Amino acid sequence: MKKCKLLTTAVALALSTGISTAHAEGELNIFNWGDYTSPEMIEKFEKAYDVKVTITDFDSNDTALTKIKAGGHGFDIVVPSANYVPIFVKEGLLLEARPDLMENFKNVDEQWVNVPWDQGRKYTVPWLWGLTGVVVDTSVYDGDINTSSIFLDPPKELIGKVNVAPEKNDVMYAAIRYMGGEWCTTDKEVLKKVRDKLVEAKEKWIAMDYGTIEKFASRDYAAAYYWNGAAMRAREKNVDVRLGYPKEGFPFFMDSVGIIKDAKNVENAKLFMNFIMDPENAAMISEFAKYSNGIKGSEKFMSEELRNAPELSVPDEYKAAGGFLDSCSPETSNLYTRIWTDINK
Amino acid sequence: MTTKTDVTNNELPPYRKREALNRWIISLPALSIIMLAAIGPILIMLLYSFMVKGDYGGVKLWEFSFDGWINVFFQRDIFDETLGLADAHLTIFWRSLKLSILTTLAALAFGLPTAYFIATRPKHTREIWVFLITIPFWANLLIRTFAIQEVIRNEGIINNTLLAIGIIDSPIQMLYTDGAILFGMVYVYLPLMVLPLYASIEKLDFRLVEAGYDLYATRLKVLRRIILPMIKPGMIAGCILVFIPSLGAYVTPRLLGGGKNMMLGNLIESQFGAGRNWPLGSAISITLMLLVMFALIFYVRNATRSGANHG
Repeated sequence: MKKCKLLTTAVALALSTGISTAHAEGELNIFNWGDYTSPEMIEKFEKAYDVKVTITDFDSNDTALTKIKAGGHGFDIVVPSANYVPIFVKEGLLLEARPDLMENFKNVDEQWVNVPWDQGRKYTVPWLWGLTGVVVDTSVYDGDINTSSIFLDPPKELIGKVNVAPEKNDVMYAAIRYMGGEWCTTDKEVLKKVRDKLVEAKEKWIAMDYGTIEKFASRDYAAAYYWNGAAMRAREKNVDVRLGYPKEGFPFFMDSVGIIKDAKNVENAKLFMNFIMDPENAAMISEFAKYSNGIKGSEKFMSEELRNAPELSVPDEYKAAGGFLDSCSPETSNLYTRIWTDINK
Repeated sequence: MTTKTDVTNNELPPYRKREALNRWIISLPALSIIMLAAIGPILIMLLYSFMVKGDYGGVKLWEFSFDGWINVFFQRDIFDETLGLADAHLTIFWRSLKLSILTTLAALAFGLPTAYFIATRPKHTREIWVFLITIPFWANLLIRTFAIQEVIRNEGIINNTLLAIGIIDSPIQMLYTDGAILFGMVYVYLPLMVLPLYASIEKLDFRLVEAGYDLYATRLKVLRRIILPMIKPGMIAGCILVFIPSLGAYVTPRLLGGGKNMMLGNLIESQFGAGRNWPLGSAISITLMLLVMFALIFYVRNATRSGANHG
């Protein structure tokens, strides 16, 4: 779920046209989040199978869903987040590709096999996973950062310097948990508190935008509610940046690779699925995007910085605070959208 | 440009009639593209705005409902279910309208002197000036907006310069403010104001200005009574060209405002994206189009009136 919308879209479009092998036999069209696909890994796949890969970016699960539902997109592979996989399946957009029967499936970490969004992995294979946490420039604020109050009740040092990812689900998740509710709750009392808290907190934010990494480097932001991989990349550019795991509750995400039902290059897409379950290739994906993958043994192929990155290993004491963003019912989702619009007005 | 094509007379000789017919035939491809690519989607949008929203985007085909339209202006309170004005939408409408009006006024204020300056240069240098005005269009809007970010951010060119010469002690927060949005919008749309203004000022007969001075009119009077009335069509055209795209502006408020406050464009986008409420999105889009249409009607009525004044 790494995204850095507009700029990377432009850059990636320019780059993706550059990725081409001269005499490719087949083709493979991948529809993935922006700034998320390792070019080295793609090049390796292209060489290994003589397939020309084209990557197109999307910036949100909804964009991907809308485009694929509309048809005529020409994509073979899509990488939706956990809470969207069931929607894709329910809408009949994903092929039952049975990755669980593929050769490299044995490499998938057991904890990512029987996942609620794809029991036994009949449709999708893990791409990357991570979490949304608080990112703090500790040269500005050196208090406790393992709390959502960093952005929901910002300490005075951080007021006017907080960026919050404009992601309805991630923000609502943290706020609901912060106010003592559970994800997908329809308890109006809790939700009213959530709305009021977010309205109040928003006054103390500077922005709700993507593209956080460079803003920490330039010190335009001193805190953010953002993804852990981005936190690591921000730390590489600003040594004072740390990731906090909100003890009140924070969302995990996993993006999974699925094959689209009307894909034209199903065989190549299956080759690709199998390919990314190889530890060495999975490590390349992680190395590029700075998120963990779900493939056992991939650590061996990772650089030391990545293997030891504090952003990529949740401390045991905070593990229980994390939860997956399950898909709520359409009515609940609609309710959350209304609250979200109200907050954003 | 010649004035030979300026035909408004109804009593045309036969060869002119044939010419007129030919023109229709020649413009047929363009007209059919407009029909297919503009009117078709608008009809679909209109239809969608009256349907029941799909659970995961889209609509439930042929299930009709007024919910989309009702939701544009009214909403059930999220918490106590009473029906009230859609405060969120009205706030966003008003914010967009306000920003568009301010952008138009500021562009007019900056554009008029610029256009006047260009139009009063010697003929052979005017083209160079006009050419310079169009340079910003060479670069993509997105890239220009990112460039503005670089200029006004906390460690950007302006703040660093002011810090270096000691005028300020700490950076001024310019990025992600309403001022930044306005600045960006005026910058983006200024050429659209200057070009029509220039076209009408260029046609201005400066002998009339001289005559005004000869009759002891003050500078202000000359401007108010002679120049402004004669360039009014250009002013109105410029204002319309700036106002309309401003209403739907999306990228500039998003990047320079930090995405904290929604504009109409962002509201519509969110209904087709994460909001998954296509009927509402369609209804808001049509409302926006109606707003634009009223602005245009206002323009046409004004332009024809002032056009009659000096033929």
